[in-house]
Amino acid sequence: MKRLNPEVTQRIATVCLWAAAGLALSVLAYIIILVLAKGLPVLTPHFLLASPERMGRAGGIFPTIVGSLALTLVALVVATPLGVGTAVYLTEYTQPGRLAAVIRFGVDCLAGVPSIIFGLFGFIFFVIRLGMGWSVLSGGLTLAVMILPTIIRTAEEAIRAVPGSYREASFSAGATSWQTITRVVLPAALPGVVTGIVLAIGRSIGETAAVIFTAGTALRLPTSLFASSRTMAVHFYILAREGLSMPRAYGTAAVLIILILLINTAANALMVRFRARTQ
Amino acid sequence: MKTKEWLIEKTLLLMALSAVAMLALIAIFVFIEGTPIMAREGLGHFLLGRKWAPTKGSFGIFPMIVGSVWVTIGALVIAGPLGLACAVFLVEIAPRKVADIVRPAIQLLAGIPSVVYGFVGIVVLVPLIREHLGGPGLSVLAASIILGVMVLPTVISISQDALEAVPRTYKEGALALGCTHWQAITRVILPAARPGITVAIVLGLGRAIGETMAVIMVVGNAVKVPAGLLDPARTLTSNIALEMAYAGGDHREALFATGVVLFMFIMLLNSLAALRFGRRRPSP
Repeated sequence: MKRLNPEVTQRIATVCLWAAAGLALSVLAYIIILVLAKGLPVLTPHFLLASPERMGRAGGIFPTIVGSLALTLVALVVATPLGVGTAVYLTEYTQPGRLAAVIRFGVDCLAGVPSIIFGLFGFIFFVIRLGMGWSVLSGGLTLAVMILPTIIRTAEEAIRAVPGSYREASFSAGATSWQTITRVVLPAALPGVVTGIVLAIGRSIGETAAVIFTAGTALRLPTSLFASSRTMAVHFYILAREGLSMPRAYGTAAVLIILILLINTAANALMVRFRARTQ
Repeated sequence: MKTKEWLIEKTLLLMALSAVAMLALIAIFVFIEGTPIMAREGLGHFLLGRKWAPTKGSFGIFPMIVGSVWVTIGALVIAGPLGLACAVFLVEIAPRKVADIVRPAIQLLAGIPSVVYGFVGIVVLVPLIREHLGGPGLSVLAASIILGVMVLPTVISISQDALEAVPRTYKEGALALGCTHWQAITRVILPAARPGITVAIVLGLGRAIGETMAVIMVVGNAVKVPAGLLDPARTLTSNIALEMAYAGGDHREALFATGVVLFMFIMLLNSLAALRFGRRRPSP
């Protein structure tokens, strides 16, 4: 076979690489445009604020919005202190060693566990063994376990990015390590930590497999932590899979996509600010 | 003051152990529920049996194992080359302004909920396959394509880290010897980044094999060993999610046992990735 001139190969390869990136971008654009084009017309105040009727064939999605928010809130209340605490321990209290390695391996593995396994675990542990039943609490706690690695990793990165000179200055002023952490390190790392929390919110809102067997699928407005609740993502899944109402499925998908767009934009903006501050 | 600091440190240590503890709890509870039926049925029967009729007491998950392996490999055939190409593009080719658009876009791709991917699969991809390639449309191919797109961000971001970690001097050396940029990429940069790229592929595999909702919506879920790309199949994950809602007794245990098999696959892949991670970055 005749070898191509390297200059020619170079040109062909460059075109292919641009095409690959273009393809990835157009898939993204296609999904967003498809969902918004068919979903936005459905998004009326009535759709957002009314209860579903006839299993979701008519009416709105209000209880599922509340369900998503309630589960996410429970998850954050539990996972944020645990995650940030872990990150502080890993960055400020341990030397790299066996213990830190074990903790990091655990975090990495937890991040790789598929959501359906979280669902199985949450079902058998929270719903059955701890007797919480299908509830906001069971679903929220399951989500908390799932988002823990996201919060730990971003918080750890953020805390690590705080310059050592900050700590030295604080110590030399006579502060204890706890004072240094709470008054100097954490405030400086805050935007980075918040980025992780924002990303975790995104994951919680979009999650289906882990919550469908832990929070259940009740369409009522959840009134307590022990009430079963359907999230937006679960509702959307049921609408689409059972073919109950395509327009409402598109509408719910549009709400999800808009939320994810907002969340990602916020996370990016925070990250840019954080980088600008620490560098 | 001393005691307070000591207390704080120990509390933080306990918190730091929470992730490990959770992982252990997950493994313990899924295994407690899932292993008895594997023992009763016989591991060989359970893993290699082709008949899944849980209400009649037949628990063979071989078709689901094959289904999972097929769609996972299919996903990687798509996301591997495409993801690597995007990573090379971002690190080596893209002008800064373009990269600043592509990077957040890829991140956004990772943020789209899996049910939305499944939905787009149902309304766009499945009819397309049915009309142009034949078969029911709900197929291994449809699931592979959807999964391919879904694991793309994982493959891209980790390969990108690997490529960025290659010392600049390698590339400069190659260019100084008269290589074209493309020759430098294929013969110097990619080989140097290979361990990291392997990790990207392995973690991509893990994501693909564990994905549930999007797969259920497009894969067809028929319990049989798929004979071709256009055949419907059922994966381990979809087996669990489809039947969990109404399963009880042995049936439920069999679903947890399916979870055990899935968990083993994932831990194997994670450990492989962790081993590789250890020597990922060349020392400065």
